Amino acid sequence: MASEARKNVLDPLVDNNPITLQVLGVCSALAVTTNIMTALIMSVALTTVSAFSGAAISSIRNHIPSSIRIIVQMTIIASLVIVVDQLLKAFAFEASKQLSVFVGLIITNCIVLGRAEAYAMKNPPWLSFLDGIGNGLGYSLILIAVAFFRELLGTGKLMGYQVLTTVSEGGWYVPNGLMLLPPSAFFVIGLLIWAIRSWKKDQVEAPDYQIHQVHRTEVL
Amino acid sequence: MRWFKNLLALPNDNTKKTVLVALLLCLVCAVLVSSAAVVFKPLQIANKALDKKKNILEVSGLLTADANMDALFEKFEVKVVDLATGEYVDIDPALYDQRKAAGDITQNITLTAAQDIAGIGHRAKLATVYLLKEDDEIKQIVLPVHGYGLWSTLYGFISLQGDANTIQGLKFYEHAETPGLGGEVDNPKWRSQWLGKKAFDEAGELQIEVVRGKVNFEKAEAIHQIDGLSGATLTSVGVSNLVKYWLGEHGFAAYLDKLRTGELSHGE
Repeated sequence: MASEARKNVLDPLVDNNPITLQVLGVCSALAVTTNIMTALIMSVALTTVSAFSGAAISSIRNHIPSSIRIIVQMTIIASLVIVVDQLLKAFAFEASKQLSVFVGLIITNCIVLGRAEAYAMKNPPWLSFLDGIGNGLGYSLILIAVAFFRELLGTGKLMGYQVLTTVSEGGWYVPNGLMLLPPSAFFVIGLLIWAIRSWKKDQVEAPDYQIHQVHRTEVL
Repeated sequence: MRWFKNLLALPNDNTKKTVLVALLLCLVCAVLVSSAAVVFKPLQIANKALDKKKNILEVSGLLTADANMDALFEKFEVKVVDLATGEYVDIDPALYDQRKAAGDITQNITLTAAQDIAGIGHRAKLATVYLLKEDDEIKQIVLPVHGYGLWSTLYGFISLQGDANTIQGLKFYEHAETPGLGGEVDNPKWRSQWLGKKAFDEAGELQIEVVRGKVNFEKAEAIHQIDGLSGATLTSVGVSNLVKYWLGEHGFAAYLDKLRTGELSHGE
């Protein structure tokens, strides 16, 4: 039991990371990673929602009619997201202004619904809670890594502090404007996946198609 | 409670049970969501009000790191102005919400395409203004402005000095422009350029403009010009247009004229 709890939290960090292995939740990874601060708050918000939705769904899992199970999961997730959004507006006003619609979009985040459907529907609440925490942390790790590169290379700052002095401030660093646009997150995530799969070879998927040698017998 | 237990004991795919689960879930979620909304509402309203005060203080250059914002804000006199006539209106400013009024058909006017350079569609008939006074003399006039940039409507304040011409500052408190590009409207260095620029020329014509690239300081127009944001042409144009709109004839021009001629100088 204890080992499964441990596995639930630690596995999604690298070995079964929701973004780099399962390639889920990429949409928000593109949107909120222009600086570390927003990525951090988004991570906390998502981890909270995935943990509590896992626990809530798991605690009523034996009574959820299979015909409406996705709707039930969505309703629970959506309610939690609204509560988190209200909390942010009340206690972290500046941050909620920066995140604007993206907190609301946690509702459609594939990781949260994916864990609800794949894990919480079949496992007890505490384990589901930990599973939510683990997957939230796995998401957070990638989000913050992407935000680190995008903020540093795009603006020369980290957490809003100037690290590389940009040309417009009289320094030497020419900011890479592409890093501030969503496509750059694709590149950074792609490179991260490459790096992780070079490190952990077992994550490499078998190719979908094999090019076969065709033996022609007919005479042209 | 027995019937309830019986219902729960039904197989999950039973229609009655499906309806029951759906209803109960909706009930619980509705209570959760609405109580969160109600409990946090006062805090959220206070946050919004404080944010507005902070931005007004910032645009007028009064904000210091450890300032008591409420005390500082006391220095401002808040008034409601009828934009068409430029006269003050006898309305409690605390109860008037200009942003709400802009969307209310009884309180707004629809702008024609030619008038609507800021891309806002409608504007409220009345506007809230914030006057900073010292010994009955107006030191600064803070005006709310908004207009469309690249992705979003930018909401902010522009502050003019007592001559209703020299600009003290421009600050946006809400926008969703690209961080690092259009989002640089928040950059303190870029914003500091506005200080001391003249909105109008000697003849009273509106000249203020965000130019493309850098301002050429050898030219006489430099006093009316602001550097464009590099990589954010559309946001720069949007900012330029919204400032022109709000200081122009469909915005605060009538009010500013009255201030300048002294008709309203004591705010009566």
